[in-house]
Amino acid sequence: MKIIVCIKQVPDTKGGVSFNPDGTLNRAAMLAIMNPDDKAGLEAALRLKDQYGAEVTVITMGLPKADEVLREAMAMGADKAILVTDRRLGGADTWATSSTIAAAIKNLEYDLVITGRQAIDGDTAQVGPQIAEHLKLPVISYAEELKVEGDSVIVKRQYEDRYHMLKVKMPCLVTALAELNDPRYMTPGGIFDAYDKEVTVWGRDDLKDLDDANIGLAGSPTKIAKASDKVKKGAGEKKVLDPKESVDYIMEKLTTTHVI
Amino acid sequence: MDFTFDKKHAMCQSLFKEFAEKEVAPLAIETDETEHFPEETVKKMQKNGLMGIPVPKEYGGQGADILAYINCVEELSKACATTGVILSGHTSLCVDPIQTYGTEEQKQKYLVPLAKGEKLGAFALTEPMAGTDAQGVQTKAELDEAANEWILNGSKCFITNGFYADIYIVIAYTDIVEDKKGRKQKRFSAFIVEKDTPGFTFGVKEKKMGIRGSATYELIFQDCRIPKDNLLGARGKGFPIAMHTLDGGRIGIAAQALGIAEGALEKTIAYTKERKQFGRTIAQQQNTQFQLADMATKVEAAKNLVYKAAMKKQEFMDGAKVSYSVEAAMAKLFAAEVAMEVTTKAVQLHGGYGYIREYEVERMMRDAKITEIYEGTSEVQRMVISGALLK
Repeated sequence: MKIIVCIKQVPDTKGGVSFNPDGTLNRAAMLAIMNPDDKAGLEAALRLKDQYGAEVTVITMGLPKADEVLREAMAMGADKAILVTDRRLGGADTWATSSTIAAAIKNLEYDLVITGRQAIDGDTAQVGPQIAEHLKLPVISYAEELKVEGDSVIVKRQYEDRYHMLKVKMPCLVTALAELNDPRYMTPGGIFDAYDKEVTVWGRDDLKDLDDANIGLAGSPTKIAKASDKVKKGAGEKKVLDPKESVDYIMEKLTTTHVI
Repeated sequence: MDFTFDKKHAMCQSLFKEFAEKEVAPLAIETDETEHFPEETVKKMQKNGLMGIPVPKEYGGQGADILAYINCVEELSKACATTGVILSGHTSLCVDPIQTYGTEEQKQKYLVPLAKGEKLGAFALTEPMAGTDAQGVQTKAELDEAANEWILNGSKCFITNGFYADIYIVIAYTDIVEDKKGRKQKRFSAFIVEKDTPGFTFGVKEKKMGIRGSATYELIFQDCRIPKDNLLGARGKGFPIAMHTLDGGRIGIAAQALGIAEGALEKTIAYTKERKQFGRTIAQQQNTQFQLADMATKVEAAKNLVYKAAMKKQEFMDGAKVSYSVEAAMAKLFAAEVAMEVTTKAVQLHGGYGYIREYEVERMMRDAKITEIYEGTSEVQRMVISGALLK
């Protein structure tokens, strides 16, 4: 079995978030870690490897510095690592990112693709399902448990008020929740080996099936109105209005907060 | 010359830090209070490859190096000095001599399970009448040629990892020879002894000032028969084997001392930034600032000595004909005295709270003291260093 795990190096938001004057994240001021949901996805893949003997390839798109997160994944037990990095790919939103990563995955053989549910820096939860869409794969999001049975995966999917048990034939894509497992530590020997191994580096030109209109800043339709640290949810707002007024009120709120 | 960790060692350090913070630190107070040997932590260390860091992969180890191992002892000791010495006693004092002097059969039989962490190791030289003066060793090993066995008789004391360890390196005398002046001299040999060998039992468990979770036991050998093949190295070469082993062990203890000092410094920095007196934090007062500056400077100097000694030992492991005795002695001497000084100042800067167990610097001060004593007292380190200077 061949498993691809998409991982992302993100700023560690535990120690607070730092912004540049233009509203973008000041990544240099924050420690970089492997995104927690992605780490759970990697652990799930490594457990399948322990059980069934899979080959695990990790892939990330980012600055050359993202090499670190790939080494960390190899130090945990991943077999191969691919870094997609190119100035032309910079400034990508979820659409451009998923287009790029899907194009990279097309260069590889796989039975299962695992991504984290969402990254703690963007919190969109869009890239995983979009990659599945580009690759025309079935997607199972919010996986809390993951097993393999024959040529299918069995996934316990978290829902707001229930769980879904889904059996899906591979190849498919699963997005993992941090709750999926407790990721293993790296080992000292794994770290030494990880730095002796090669990380495959791909630039724009290594990605064949990719339209320039869908990459980098120019290929990113998202416009960021405002970025902020996580805002604690308050108790909510209570209003007593008649039905007509309340609909207008809700519509206005949803519009002004850009929900719709 | 570069004083920073390369990427491999920096990543190892982040692993050790995370492990120490998540798995070791939460148990440090309880381990001290209950004097309970942290078996569960040792199991986790085994699972995560911490019990054979510098051992080659073909012998069940991690294939990393001495610097990474030393850094692991340091990071564990920042959180809990008991856990640090368990690893140092196992790796430096039992794994290392078998790796260095063992036959291929001994390596397969003992080094592999030790490096994998399936077995825990210990080293036994000290006796009631023999600490620094090895000639005082009374434990005797006689060869029974007919049975192809050695017969051990005697006792050892203050043995770290005692009772919990599965494999013991035991130093005993095997011959008495006359030197040129006609004085009788004992010739020592090193042996590998397994727990549960008939005739090998444990005496008292010591109650100590610090590192209270570390199991310190008396070992008793009464007609304890071990296979002839369990002689480690050549007959009569036990003393140089013990000295080689202690040279390495001293780097481990130096790392433990460094870790204790760093742990105390970190706690003190955090505390002085919070504690307010006379309307401002005590960190805003110049006395505190100067004390912290001195503590940090000494910690940094100790760190450089410890890492230098570790790198010199690595050169030896890589096949260079170098001695690291002096570097190890300097590292241990300095780091141990820094640990004592820094933890004492840490308690002082904490004021009354520093004397309360909950604040942990009190434990660190008790833990620091042993680093000036075991595996060669500070006085012995001075003998080693001056001996090399005046040779």
